[in-house]
Amino acid sequence: MLTQRLLLSDRGGMIVLGLIALTAVVVPILNLAVPAGSAFHVSTYTVTLLGKFLCYALLALSVDLIWGYAGILSLGHGAFFALGGYAMGMYLMRQIGDRGQYGNPELPDFMVFLNWDALPWYWQGFDMFWFAILMVLLVPAVLALVFGWLAFRSRVTGVYFAIITQALTYALMLAFFRNEMGFGGNNGLTDFKDILGFPITASSTRVTLFFMSAVMLILAYLACRYIVTSRMGRVIVSIRDAESRTRFCGYKVESYKLWLFVFSSILAGIAGALYVPQVGIINPGEFSPLNSIELVVWVATGGRGTLFGAIVGAFAVNYGKTIFTSWSPEAWLFVLGSLFVLVTLVLPKGLVGLVGRFKRNNNTPTDTPALKPAEETH
Amino acid sequence: MNIFTQARRTLGQNDPNFGAPLDTTHGPILYVEGVTVSFDGFRALNNLNLYVDEGELRCIIGPNGAGKTTMMDVITGKTKPDSGSVYFGQQINLLELSEHQIARGGIGRKFQKPTIFEALTVYENLELATAADKRVWWTLTQSLNSSQRYRIDEVLVQIGLAELRHHNAGALSHGQKQWLEIGMLLMQKPRVLLVDEPVAGMTGEETEKTAELLVSLAGDQSVIVVEHDMKFVRSIARKVTVLHQGSVLTEGTMDQVQNDPKVIEVYLGE
Repeated sequence: MLTQRLLLSDRGGMIVLGLIALTAVVVPILNLAVPAGSAFHVSTYTVTLLGKFLCYALLALSVDLIWGYAGILSLGHGAFFALGGYAMGMYLMRQIGDRGQYGNPELPDFMVFLNWDALPWYWQGFDMFWFAILMVLLVPAVLALVFGWLAFRSRVTGVYFAIITQALTYALMLAFFRNEMGFGGNNGLTDFKDILGFPITASSTRVTLFFMSAVMLILAYLACRYIVTSRMGRVIVSIRDAESRTRFCGYKVESYKLWLFVFSSILAGIAGALYVPQVGIINPGEFSPLNSIELVVWVATGGRGTLFGAIVGAFAVNYGKTIFTSWSPEAWLFVLGSLFVLVTLVLPKGLVGLVGRFKRNNNTPTDTPALKPAEETH
Repeated sequence: MNIFTQARRTLGQNDPNFGAPLDTTHGPILYVEGVTVSFDGFRALNNLNLYVDEGELRCIIGPNGAGKTTMMDVITGKTKPDSGSVYFGQQINLLELSEHQIARGGIGRKFQKPTIFEALTVYENLELATAADKRVWWTLTQSLNSSQRYRIDEVLVQIGLAELRHHNAGALSHGQKQWLEIGMLLMQKPRVLLVDEPVAGMTGEETEKTAELLVSLAGDQSVIVVEHDMKFVRSIARKVTVLHQGSVLTEGTMDQVQNDPKVIEVYLGE
């Protein structure tokens, strides 16, 4: 019954998840088992690129959950992504040990360079993987909890909320740029050697990270489906459409927004943590407001309010970006900007909506509602 | 409905919002006594007295500015009067309660303009309004129990939308939206329903259906209808209260009221 509710009633989601699962199985085989000379070989570069896209898709999913369903437009979600990434990066830094340029077993290179003689308190514990993972989940969650509590309690909504989230990520970026913060300043954290004892650049490690990203994306997708198909999901949609009426029905709107925001920030943090070991670097640029805006464009392009749309959008825009930036890097921002304008004007439901429209034109129109009754399936 | 759900509902255990049973032993469920409300010296309500019996269907008419909306505002806690008292049953002083407490306590109000959740289906709209645990964790993990689902089915039939249960509420006609909103109020298990101009903008057929609906609702709960449409009032009214300049001009059956010279002078004669 749960499968019916989470998957079978969600055709597009099933297709997208199926493709991800297929890629997660086939790509590792083509990379590891097929010899490099063969036409079927998938290079490690491609594996990493796909792994990166999977992390972006997870990030897009987290934004779609709050923007598409609850109508909370966060223009600072990149901050949670970056914080998750930094937590993972700190673990990877500690794993370098004495293999750094200065050979200090305790301190990362940049601290030696700054003439620090001891590890700051907030770096303690990051040599343990479980602790780092805990922080990946906790740091974004706590920030979202405090920030969301203040914002939602004061009934900050719409464009005002978007602006202060933008300010949040900008402030964090400036803070992380400072060397004295102890997060590597401008350069961020990089030169990672290994993760859990496995060399980080090895194909097998890359493939495992790619596979983990796919698994996390699928799990996160199912968790989001669980939320949006529950009664809570319906309450959230009501808040989006008629906030005061929902309050009048006896729901405490602030709590709903807050917990959804926290959950979304955790997903973003996980995405960041999976992203960093694959790209091998995390720096304050990830906090850049532009990143967060770009991420909203992915969701809009894919189609907000359908969870799989966010995944489709993340893949489509980033694939386009990869192609485009190798061709003409300067023009990318203009493309991104016009994409946002175009999508808003022409494709309010995104690529997913376009497919839906195309399908309706082919088939005979029916009166049956698109939404399957949810209450009788569980 | 089986006997257990019936028993549970009578005892009110299903609903956390109903503590002690309402004391209506003397007849009226709503007592409005000597209520005066002034806005900048203008007396919107002037020593208003109104008693509504349990299960009664009451129509309230009156020319513009007679105080109909202000009266509803006072009952639902939106406006606090300068003087007078408003009791729900014999024990509950409504003037001490806030809007959402009054709403949860069993006084439902339907505003003139229908407000429903357009992106959800008819069924989901009712589900949302159901009197159930409304905290985040419960709505995430629990679906409605069978008696709550049964109640939704009942209400769907009552409001005549059973066949449209899985249609998007946004696609309903104006009249159907009004009925859905009345249904949402019913899901909150009200004891008193305040309905503000339910047939404004409705077609003749829709008006007729609304009349039937409101008549059928009376009995289980008290229904107070404020309406301008005299034909509509005539078709449902058992007892009519005419307001004029913030107080009750007269009360009685539609025929009595219509033949009352005072009423003819201030209202019907216009």
